[in-house]
Formats: sequence, C-alpha cells, structure tokens
Amino acid sequence: MQDENRTVLDINDVCISYAGELAVRNVSLPIYEKKITAIIGPSGCGKSTLLRSLNRMNDFIHGCEQSGYLGFHETDLYASSTDPVEVRLRIGMVFQRPNPFPKSIYRNVAWGPSINGFNGEMDERVEKALRQAALWDEVKDRLQDSALNLSGGQQQRLCIARTLAMEPEIILMDEPCSALDPVSTARIEDLLFELRENYTIVIVTHNMQQAARVSQYTAFLENGVLIEYGDTEDVFTRPANRRTEEYVTGRFG
Amino acid sequence: MASSANNLSWRHKKAKLFQSFCLGVTVSAVTLLAILIYQVSMLGLPWLDGQFLSSFPSRFPEKAGIKSALAGTLWLVSLTASIAIPIGVLAAVYLEEYAKPNRLTEFININIANLAGVPSIVYGILGLAIFVRTFALERSVLSGALTMSLLILPVIIIASREAVRAVPSSLRQAAYAVGATRWQVIRAHVLPSALPGILTGVILAISRAIGETAPLIMIGALTYVAFVPEGPMDEFTALPIQIFNWTSRPQQEFHELASAGIFVLLCVLLMMNAVAVYIRYRGSRE
Ligand SMILES: Nc1ncnc2c1ncn2[C@@H]1O[C@H](COP(=O)(O)OP(=O)(O)OP(=O)(O)O)[C@@H](O)[C@H]1O
Ligand SMILES: [Mg+2]
Repeated sequence: MQDENRTVLDINDVCISYAGELAVRNVSLPIYEKKITAIIGPSGCGKSTLLRSLNRMNDFIHGCEQSGYLGFHETDLYASSTDPVEVRLRIGMVFQRPNPFPKSIYRNVAWGPSINGFNGEMDERVEKALRQAALWDEVKDRLQDSALNLSGGQQQRLCIARTLAMEPEIILMDEPCSALDPVSTARIEDLLFELRENYTIVIVTHNMQQAARVSQYTAFLENGVLIEYGDTEDVFTRPANRRTEEYVTGRFG
Repeated sequence: MASSANNLSWRHKKAKLFQSFCLGVTVSAVTLLAILIYQVSMLGLPWLDGQFLSSFPSRFPEKAGIKSALAGTLWLVSLTASIAIPIGVLAAVYLEEYAKPNRLTEFININIANLAGVPSIVYGILGLAIFVRTFALERSVLSGALTMSLLILPVIIIASREAVRAVPSSLRQAAYAVGATRWQVIRAHVLPSALPGILTGVILAISRAIGETAPLIMIGALTYVAFVPEGPMDEFTALPIQIFNWTSRPQQEFHELASAGIFVLLCVLLMMNAVAVYIRYRGSRE
C-alpha cells in the first residue's frame, strides 16, 4: 500500500523562524500525491507557518527565515532558479480567514485565470469552480454583486472557488471550515472527497473529527516539532506517542 | 450594585460631554470659515463679473481683472500636477512595496519627513538656483511648476504611502496565492484600494500649491502680466500673487478686487475637491 504513494512534496529537516524565534523545528514528512494530509496541533504550534512555506507565502513576511530542503517533484522549491509565482500557480492556498477581493463575486473567481493567460470559456470556469465549492446556488443570480456582501461562510467558500478556478496541483487549506456552519462544513468535506481524486490536499484543522474523516495521513505538531506522522487511522486509534494520544482524545493539557 | 449603576451613568455623562465638545469644535471651525466666505463675498462679489474674469490687470480698478493670473494658476497647477503626482505616487509605491527596509530606505524616509516641514521660501531659493539659473528655464511657468512640484512631493509621497500601507496584507496574499506577480498585485489590488487615500493627499498637496506665494515670488513670477501664457516656457503670474499685489495697494477698490480674487481662488479649490469626490465615488461603486 505504502509503495503506491508518490511523494509530491518532500519536506526535509525544515526549520522556520520569525526574527530568530524558531516556529517550526526540523520537520520532515512526505506529502503524497492525490491524498489528503491533515496537519493538527494546538494553537500557535506552527501549522500555518509550515503550510505557508509550501507555496512560498512566507517570502512576504519580513524576518521570516527558513532552512532545510523542500522538494516539489524533483525540484527544490527554494532554489534561486525556481520562480515563486509559478510555484503559487501550481500550489494554491485557502487562508485561515476569508479574504475575498473587494470586487464582484465573478471577478473574484475569474481574476486568477485571467491574469494567467486563460483564454477558454471563462463563464464555464467560474461556474464550475463555484459549483465545486458548493456556492453556486446561493450566488448564481448575483454574480456581479460585491463579494464583501456575502456572509463569512460564503466568503470562505468563494475563496475556495477562487483557488479551484486555478486548477492547481496541490491545494493548501488553512482551517477552511473555521468560519462555516455544520451544513457548509459537510459540503466542504464532500468537496474534499471529490477533489481527492485529482488533487493533492494539505489541510490544517482544529477539528479532530474532520481530520479523522477526510484525511489519509495526519501530522501532529507541537511547539513546532513534528511529534507524530502516519496513517490517519493509526494516528487516531493507535498513536505511538502519548502526547498525540492526549491531543486527539481531547485530554490535552 | 447601586454604586456600579452610578458609575455607569457618570460614564454615559462623560461620553456625552466628549461628544458635545467635539461638536463645539467642529461648529466653531465651520463658523470661522463661513465668516471668511461672508466677508470675502460682501467685499468682492460686486466686482465679480465677466469683465473681471476676462481683463488683464490695470491701474484703474474698474478695468482691472484676473485673466492672466487665473490662466497662470491653471497652467501652474496642471503642470505641477502632471509632474508631481506620477513621481510622488510611484515613489510611494516603491518605498512601500519594493524597497527593503535597510539603512538607505530609513535615510530616505527621514529625509522625506523632514522635507515636508521645510518652509516654502527655501524651495523658492532652490528653484531659483536650479531651475531658473542652472537649467536656464528663466522665469517660466515650467520653473514655477518644477519648484512647486518639489514643494508638494513630500506631502504626496507621505499621504500615498499611508494609503498604500493601509491596504490589508491579506488582500495582497490572496492575490499572490492565485499566481499574481508583484506588478499585477499592485496594479489590480493595491492601487485601486489605496486610490481614495492617495487622492485625498494629492488634493491637499495641490491645494497647497495653488495657495503658495513665496516660492513664486522668489523665482521671479511677475506681478504685472498683460498676457496669457501660451506654453510652458512663457512668463506668468498666479492668483495669490495678484491678490497680494492688490492688497498691498492703498486704495479701497483694490482691496475689494483682492476679495473678488480670493473668491475665485476658493472656487478653483472647491472645483478640484469636487472632482476628487467624484473620482472617489466612481471608485467605490466598482
Ligand atoms: N508573521 C509573524 N511574525 C512573527 N511571529 C509569527 C508570525 N506568524 C506566526 N508567528 C509565530 O509563530 C508561531 C507559529 O504560528 P502559526 O501561525 O504557524 O501557528 P498555528 O499553528 O497556525 O496556530 P493557529 O492554530 O492558532 O492558527 C507562533 O508562536 C506565532 O506567534
Ligand atoms: Mg494558523
């Protein structure tokens, strides 16, 4: 079973620090192709930091430094010959807080493809992305309205649609459901199952049930250290580490 | 319980008090402005007619007008705006979006802040030395516009930087995350979001340029001009210089002409503000 997996992202001995303060310490783990990998851990343990390093969003944070190797297929993500714009085209991201553009709903989804030279049928692309993100029925009659008039949960699904419209290879999601009600959350989870066929997904979540339901692999971080990584089923039912067990069963100190 | 209720009512009183204080300050500021406009209109409006707007200055008050001064000011403002706005906004974008926070950037920052506080007469001296003499632009509108541009650049840069900085970084990140280049992010998201703030700064700066007199006198703008500038190399006068000239004469009629001139100056300012409000309104609808 393990042998069938192809590694798309190879995180190898990665350390990330903010102004000299280590936030991620010597983390190594593989991200397998067309699988969902969940990153769990207490608040402030470095989940978002690690996730952002995977599509070079930490480049914009002043004072953020990184060491170690991050491989994407055969290339070094941080090599000087690697174009960060191309990295972000192929590795999309949904952020912890919804951040739609202050433009129309349609433009929010269409902007990414349009600046990257997409010249197919844009309306179709937008509709497909909105349907995938379980938002189409709610917005189909008001595509030209400002995205800022949507509810928080709708905005987050719009951000997911915006990422899907780029058809990236890997989708990084930072707690995509933290602003959603149970119904929308369930729809996003359905979406994740569907996307799993074609995309590689890395998802940060505070919701243990969600991690257990949707992911095949789980990484548990604490204070920037990778405590445990493995099959989701193993991590949740037979954790090797006592800290992991305490965390996933909710007896966390 | 009773004491905390008392406390609450006192806090409400304090809130009310502060509100009334703010209202009072606002009202007195507006009242002062109203008095100014009232006085200026009482004195000046009787003189304000087609003849006043279309005549050159004259020794005889009933024949005098502000045609050359108005034309000079319009020339000066358009040239200044087209020089200072692009440079100022681009400099602000560079400093906020591109420059790495190092010693040099810090040095530039401090200097821009200081330049904003330099008295305008000093810019006049600089303009005289550089534009009028070294570049041999003489006492032309162009010399005046370049000098004015120097004067208002720091204000435009500082205001534009504030506006660019106020654009939330989550918006930039969202744009980068769909594979945008730095230029695309700036062009499509940062500048549109910052536009209202930039415009406010630009309007304040240009208004200052319209009202400034000292640097123009310094670079040798004329006080008696009986022609309208036809190109950037022509000599010129401007509204504040004409107004200053009239107020310094002994006859009451000329003081009234000055009031009429001030009225026209205020109208030019108001018109510019209206344009800015309109652009903002259009921007917010998109
Ligand atoms: N931009 C930043 N500048 C400085 N320190 C930061 C920055 N972002 C995060 N940190 C620090 O790095 C550590 C890890 O933060 P991170 O955001 O990765 O945590 P997280 O696991 O995503 O937490 P949460 O679950 O609350 O989102 C924290 O101690 C945080 O204070
Ligand atoms: Mg986080």
